[in-house]
Amino acid sequence: MNQTTLTLFIGILSVLGLATAIAYGLRLSVARGKPHPVIDNLIERILAWWLMVALVASAFAFGKHAILLLFLLLSFLALREFVTLTYTKRSDHLVLALAFYVCLPVQFALVWIEWYGLYSIFIPVYAFLILPIIAALRADTERYLERIAVVQWALMLSVFCLSHVPALMTLSIPGYEGRQMLLIAFLVIVVQSSDVLQYVWGKLLGKHLIAPKLSPSKTWEGLIGGVLSATLLGAALHWITPFSPLQAGAIALLINLMGFFGGLVMSAIKRNHGVKDWGHLIAGHGGVLDRLDSLLFSAPIFFHITRFFFEP
Amino acid sequence: MNYDDRMREKILRWLLWLGAKLLTGARAVVVQPEPASGVLPAAPARTVLYFANHVSHGDFVLVWAVLDARLRERTRPVAAAEYWNSNAIKRYIGQRVVRALLIEREREKRTGDPVEQMAQALDRGESLILFPEGTRNLSDATLLPFKSGLFHVAMQRPDVRLQPVFIDNLHRVLPKGELIPIPLLCTVYFGPEFMRVSAESKQEFLHRAQSALAALKPT
Repeated sequence: MNQTTLTLFIGILSVLGLATAIAYGLRLSVARGKPHPVIDNLIERILAWWLMVALVASAFAFGKHAILLLFLLLSFLALREFVTLTYTKRSDHLVLALAFYVCLPVQFALVWIEWYGLYSIFIPVYAFLILPIIAALRADTERYLERIAVVQWALMLSVFCLSHVPALMTLSIPGYEGRQMLLIAFLVIVVQSSDVLQYVWGKLLGKHLIAPKLSPSKTWEGLIGGVLSATLLGAALHWITPFSPLQAGAIALLINLMGFFGGLVMSAIKRNHGVKDWGHLIAGHGGVLDRLDSLLFSAPIFFHITRFFFEP
Repeated sequence: MNYDDRMREKILRWLLWLGAKLLTGARAVVVQPEPASGVLPAAPARTVLYFANHVSHGDFVLVWAVLDARLRERTRPVAAAEYWNSNAIKRYIGQRVVRALLIEREREKRTGDPVEQMAQALDRGESLILFPEGTRNLSDATLLPFKSGLFHVAMQRPDVRLQPVFIDNLHRVLPKGELIPIPLLCTVYFGPEFMRVSAESKQEFLHRAQSALAALKPT
């Protein structure tokens, strides 16, 4: 861990420490030791954040392979949550086995050997075309398109999109050699802060719902306050990136908006299946996908923008 | 049995537990008048006869995976001797690793009395996981008709706590005839204690038990 990473890490710990103090302060002053759904959930969320930060920080400390492994694991958990929620039947068994045991590991192996030409098309082209063929060979046409589309969506979001986070380490930007891990830190910190800040602004000032059918908690006040403050944070973090402050702010704005809409799309899928959360793995937050939804939509865009404008 | 053997069995048990967790994220939900989710309360005072639905060979592993470690060590699945004694590997896993209470299903070929075997295990303080459908349910119905073993054990040991347990989603993990399990989240629902009603007929009892278990199925 170099100086930059260490500074960043101390900064995150301070913010978390402050948040923890405020949350327990609220429990004492507002809830007065009685159960309070919002404050109890807030504390649960913050405690889970400590664990998540510890996990990501240890992956950073161990370096490239550990980060790849971490995202491989997250990808597995996300895929499991996605497929669990959706409709599949017995005839899809082989297709699902291929998704879990071939597509997922191969995608991350391709990122590992830094074969850009293949990992950027492996799932959108090869898996996209071959899995429906295998499914068709089973000759079960009942809800065929729906069943295969579900597997394709699951792979695109949980595996393809998520693999673009560790793929950031494969970019070679002049003058930024050996520091690509910080691009991951930038992306994750900005997007996750945007989620948190949208929640905070929404809880403090939120009045006008954006999409009451999709989410009872997304408000215009939360969106504008959250995205703007996370964009400022992104600009302020330009020193860990190859970007100028203005570029960092513009990119942060873009990925924050993508993240917001990602959350909206994932909410639409959840409502479609009548559930509130994707799973139960992270206390206070729900499933892995509930925490990753905004990252899934922002990671590939962030990857390609950085690659297009900053790789020679 | 020496120390190394016991260690090996313990490690295999742990691997089985780990496999179940990785594959299914096995999670317990305690269905009470007010549904609450989480880990099961620590060892209840009495021995328990869990009765569960049966859709896959992995059923009891899942029930097991969500029990707390102490409870798990003294909870045994009741399983068919014909299946678990059919070859050396199955015999080792069945008897040593999962420590199944093996009963003979076919009445004509029986040498022991299954009800008596279960009653004796309960007397030793062991909790049991029983699948009263008797065989894996591969139909579309929620449950197959219950066999009478549950009734006889319940009547012979009136102090034993009866608890319905519904295992959800496992049939998608490993459908019949497939070899590779698919990772999908599974939930184990523990219902409220099933109460005996005095002077109840066998049919009434089994019917009620079946409804109590079916009621746990999430909609």
